Amino acid sequence: MSIAWIAIISTGVIGIVLGVVIGIVAKVFAVEIDERIEKVEELLPGANCGGCGYAGCADFAKAVVAEKATPGQCPVCAPVDITNIADYLGIVAEEKEKRVAVVRCSGDASHTERSLYNGIRDCRSAVLVAGGAKGCDHGCIGFGSCAEACPFGAIEIRDALAVVHPDLCVGCENCVATCPKNLIIMVPASIETHVYCNSPEKGAAKRTYCKTACIACRKCVKVSEEGQMEVDGFLVRTNYENPPPPEVVEAAACPTTALRNASLHAAGAYEGVSK
Amino acid sequence: MLSEFLVITVGAILVNNFVLAKFLGICPFLGVSKKLDTALGMSGAVIFVMTLASLVVSLINKFLLVPMKLEFLQTLVFIVVIASLVQLVEIMLQKLSAKLYESLGIFLPLITTNCAVLGCVVLNAKAAPDSIQSTWYGATIYGFCSAIGFALALILFSSLREKLDLATVPKAFEGTAISLVTAGILAMAFMGFSGLV
Repeated sequence: MSIAWIAIISTGVIGIVLGVVIGIVAKVFAVEIDERIEKVEELLPGANCGGCGYAGCADFAKAVVAEKATPGQCPVCAPVDITNIADYLGIVAEEKEKRVAVVRCSGDASHTERSLYNGIRDCRSAVLVAGGAKGCDHGCIGFGSCAEACPFGAIEIRDALAVVHPDLCVGCENCVATCPKNLIIMVPASIETHVYCNSPEKGAAKRTYCKTACIACRKCVKVSEEGQMEVDGFLVRTNYENPPPPEVVEAAACPTTALRNASLHAAGAYEGVSK
Repeated sequence: MLSEFLVITVGAILVNNFVLAKFLGICPFLGVSKKLDTALGMSGAVIFVMTLASLVVSLINKFLLVPMKLEFLQTLVFIVVIASLVQLVEIMLQKLSAKLYESLGIFLPLITTNCAVLGCVVLNAKAAPDSIQSTWYGATIYGFCSAIGFALALILFSSLREKLDLATVPKAFEGTAISLVTAGILAMAFMGFSGLV
């Protein structure tokens, strides 16, 4: 037998032996992966938004199955999804109130303007240049850093103002940290009425550069029940512990329309109504 | 006997350091030396694989290839054996020690076809027949010590690179350039050990 045949046969044998050994070892030492993880991942929204604090839906599913997290920690899941996951794992789902984001500013480009900014169209860059181009130093810059961060397209930039659509917002909180003016807060979705202003300056000063600022005239405080609207310096805010009914907006007839109902605000009902 | 072991040990770690004198395994030396943590993980994996590969390959070489006069197949057989060995170790580790598996992580499959590992077993196979390195235990010790040398170079270099991140480097030398210059100076420093054995 020539040396070539010996070489071919012996390498072949070595290869086959190694292959068989690996095959056997892989069978013997197989690591079982919990099939529930995959199933829970299927039930999750798969948005990988990171709102739960885990690296993504797969990571969250692993934590849920390992009972390190509860399904309710997913801010995106509708209550029915959470119940489904909980039922599948045989655990009790806790009640969770849906929260949505609110951008506390109503000053769009037609109401407030100061200067021309030609830099990068990003709020965090713009704020480095003398606090942004808006007349109000506390208002929405309107370049949409928050809208970019939103994986669900729930934030619309309308005339240089970020507007949250409460029906699209799932409450993942991705936008909250992107706002250099800290305008975005998370509120219970059931609360409609918000004061769309966050400037702590005096009412008269605010009026010089913004037509829709809250001037703390307290009209809304008077028409609502005690404690429903809170006065905070030169600004009135909704008390989210004890919220006023949506009718307050009508009754108060806010002179600057800073007091708005979220769904109407998203629909653009207040555009051009300020006096 | 003992002095021979000492020669192998000191020789493999310092004098004929795999990275800095033989220039084997340069890829991971530059690739995973940005942080000390990853360097330690890689070092652990290399020590593990190189020792095991030296042992298994020297046995195969001694009892299979040499008697059948198939030395010309060494490179082919060695790389196949190393690759399957790493695969085996990985599968078993995942089951037996999940913690070790996690800490070695990606580095284990990464060094499957590393030239330092192949170089080590080839050097063992090519060692003089009467030297201790040609025996299976000598080969294992040589593999272990070579890996220690590799780990030493990697840890030294990664520590240097961590310091280097804080230094002001001329624009033209930033990044890989200054790393290579540093590696060269480190290699020159190791030249001081030559002639020790």
